[in-house]
Amino acid sequence: MIRFENVKKTYDDGFEALKMINLEIKEGELTVLIGPSGCGKSTLMKHINRLNNPTSGKIYIRDKDISSIDPVELRRSIGYVIQNVGLFPHMNIAKNVAVVPKLLKWDKEVTTSKVDELLSMVNLDPDVYRNRYPSELSGGQQQRIGVIRALAADPDVILLDEPFSALDPISREQLQDELIRLQQELKKTIVFVTHDMDEAIKIADTIVLMKAGEVVQTGSPEHILRHPANEFVTSFIGKKHLTNDTLDPGMIVDDVMSVNPVTASPERGMAAAIQFMERHRVDSLIIVGKKRELLGYVSIFNVLQGYRHEDSRLADIMKPFVHVVESGSSVALALTLMNEHGLPYVPVVRDGQLVGLVTRGSVVRHMAEMYNPDDMSLEELTAEAEKLKEEAPLEPAEADQEGGGRT
Amino acid sequence: MMEWLSDYGSFLSSRQGDILIALREHIYISALSIILGAIVAIPVGIWLGGSRIGWLNSIIFTIANVLQTIPSLALLAILIPLLGIGRTPAVFALFLYSIMPIMRNTYSGFKAVDPNIIEAARGMGYSRLQRLLRVQLPLSFPYIMSGLRVTTVYIISWATLATLIGAGGLGQLIFSGMGVNKTELIVTGAILAVLLALAADFLLGLAEKWVTAKTRSAPASGTV
Repeated sequence: MIRFENVKKTYDDGFEALKMINLEIKEGELTVLIGPSGCGKSTLMKHINRLNNPTSGKIYIRDKDISSIDPVELRRSIGYVIQNVGLFPHMNIAKNVAVVPKLLKWDKEVTTSKVDELLSMVNLDPDVYRNRYPSELSGGQQQRIGVIRALAADPDVILLDEPFSALDPISREQLQDELIRLQQELKKTIVFVTHDMDEAIKIADTIVLMKAGEVVQTGSPEHILRHPANEFVTSFIGKKHLTNDTLDPGMIVDDVMSVNPVTASPERGMAAAIQFMERHRVDSLIIVGKKRELLGYVSIFNVLQGYRHEDSRLADIMKPFVHVVESGSSVALALTLMNEHGLPYVPVVRDGQLVGLVTRGSVVRHMAEMYNPDDMSLEELTAEAEKLKEEAPLEPAEADQEGGGRT
Repeated sequence: MMEWLSDYGSFLSSRQGDILIALREHIYISALSIILGAIVAIPVGIWLGGSRIGWLNSIIFTIANVLQTIPSLALLAILIPLLGIGRTPAVFALFLYSIMPIMRNTYSGFKAVDPNIIEAARGMGYSRLQRLLRVQLPLSFPYIMSGLRVTTVYIISWATLATLIGAGGLGQLIFSGMGVNKTELIVTGAILAVLLALAADFLLGLAEKWVTAKTRSAPASGTV
């Protein structure tokens, strides 16, 4: 669909932004261009709508050399979304969405119904939002408008330049989900630039990984995760995405432990401990000293027993850990300990200091990130999840964890 | 006091004709200078706002700044050998004064448009002219208008000096009042100049609102 042939871009100051790019972007796919900042991913994308022109080489869309197309005409046939939304502050939402149809001189009624349809598609009630101005919308809503504005004239190709990176994590997730949903319906050829590997893995059909103006590796997220082409790819993907190591017996506890266990200081009283457990939805607390040295643990039952004495502290009732594992030990050791002794969790220590906690939850979560879930049937997955829920997880749910867990 | 007021009333009715002529001349001189100034300064400001030639910007702004600092009396005197006396040199001098503030505001307005918005416009297929007319101009319109309003107010006040080279206007009343020591004339000229400036500013404000509403070009949270 879009083909780069020997494309080079050299700036006036001699900087080589793109070195010999040969790349094919497939029709109907969501292709993510990713790489560290300055790698040329945005530059490459802007060649598609001729916001940049190559120093040498050719770019074809449907086998047509785009240097022969008038740039203004070309851009009207390609959707474009930028990071900072770029909605026109002096136009209301309906006019913003209708920008390209208007440039193409569409019939007014057709345009209006198209605008309403698009607004409904991203769950914004047309009657409410049509006449609002961009400044009256939240960041997430503005970028939804940015996306549907790019869809308005039904382009085959849509370019998105880090569209969600300025949003808060929750809006970003929502918009990614919506983009995936839209793409399933519309089957456009989408080129999406980002520097966020999680985002790329979540949304991409094909990932194009770039570095210093060159394409380092191209492939499906699965392929890149399983077979990173070189050191750079490995480091860019990040440790936690690497599936290759999943079944490696040498996997160590540090990979699977939860690094934010709920801890408390031994000086705390009972009431404080109860409230703390409640807030973090856990049934026991790990007691650590000022330097995070591991002292022991208390369970909710210990705390309730000690509750009568108003001046008792956690230090008085805590119990020492019988089993701990050193950081760097194998996961097998931790799992065997848990199995043999029926432990709900094992703390991981380094020089006597707590660095994390291996729980059934953390192991499963790690595996879920790593494993190709295709190996498991849905029933098995559901059953596993149910079992976990019953076992009152030690650490808080993912969302709570952000807030802390340390005292 | 009452006596003075009634005297002033009869003075007004006796000199009504002269006063109206002076007022009309004043409006004519000021309006013409500002319109000419806008015709020159707005396009230049727009052009400078979009140009990347730094040294050219500074040269043009330096020239405009220098023009601005020439004492008005001196400028009028300098123009006499070049353009003679009468309205032409007066309008020309006031025109020179009006360039700087209008140009400066237009330039700032264009510079203030978020580059992301321009990039989005470019990427969606606005031609250069469409970008100018549909995006940049509406967004910088409040700046341009504020430049015009400031300029109008002080051109109207400076136009009182135009009488010195025989251009007439409300200055005429003031200077002849000084000549024959007649306070009523001076007061009338001054008050009318003030009222004229206020009225012009008010009307331009209305025009700004009207255009804004017409094109819906107001950002919901007002600019400037």
